[in-house]
Amino acid sequence: MAQVKRPVSPHLQVYRWTVTMASSILHRATGVALGAGALWLAWWLLAASTGYEAFECVQAFSTSIVGMILLFGVTWSLMFHLLNGIRHLAWDVGYGFEIKTATTSGWVVVVLSVVLTIVAWAVGLSMTGGY
Amino acid sequence: MSLRTPIGKVRGLGSAKEGTHHFWVQRVSAVALIPLTLWLVANLICMTGAGRDDVLDFLSSPFNAIVMLLLVIAGFYHLKLGIQVILEDYVHGEGAKLVTSLLNTFVCFAGGAVSVFAVLKIAFGG
Repeated sequence: MAQVKRPVSPHLQVYRWTVTMASSILHRATGVALGAGALWLAWWLLAASTGYEAFECVQAFSTSIVGMILLFGVTWSLMFHLLNGIRHLAWDVGYGFEIKTATTSGWVVVVLSVVLTIVAWAVGLSMTGGY
Repeated sequence: MSLRTPIGKVRGLGSAKEGTHHFWVQRVSAVALIPLTLWLVANLICMTGAGRDDVLDFLSSPFNAIVMLLLVIAGFYHLKLGIQVILEDYVHGEGAKLVTSLLNTFVCFAGGAVSVFAVLKIAFGG
């Protein structure tokens, strides 16, 4: 049989992006980012248990410009994955499947994750003098 | 007409012989992680700028140590399950899939072991 060069599905670049589609792939992406965050937490815990020098090493990285940007990214990833995870759990028990509801809940998750990230950082930075 | 045997239908384990186990434990760990991560975020915010002594003090409390243990165990388990699905979806070569899956399992177990060891060491007095 002759091979016909038909487009192979899914050819993502021709789709119009929707919030349901974006939140789906972002759930995976933030999950991977949180993997890095989990290893970072493990490093932090190990360093704290090891000694002052090791702990200072983690803190130096975490409070550097690059570290802060990464930590901000991990914070947002956590907020997004947490909120969107709750959205997934609602779907798992059968709620929120209507297109309109799914679109609305998608936007709620996106907006709320950004708001919570900013609030978390604002509160955290305002507490820096606490210690 | 179905080619599935009656016993296969009753067991409901499908071709992978695991049924809904992976799906279910992913959800169980997800539910557990909702309060656990909120607890972590709240405490990490409070520990902004904290030194090593503050962290040791925090984890010397039995409650904090136990919740931190639950968090890292549920977290690394959930991570292992999640990355496994991504690998099964996107890595098509059988060899590459096997190697990356093994690596995923080893890294997640190592991360969990390191975290548990560190928390216990601090909790039992460093």
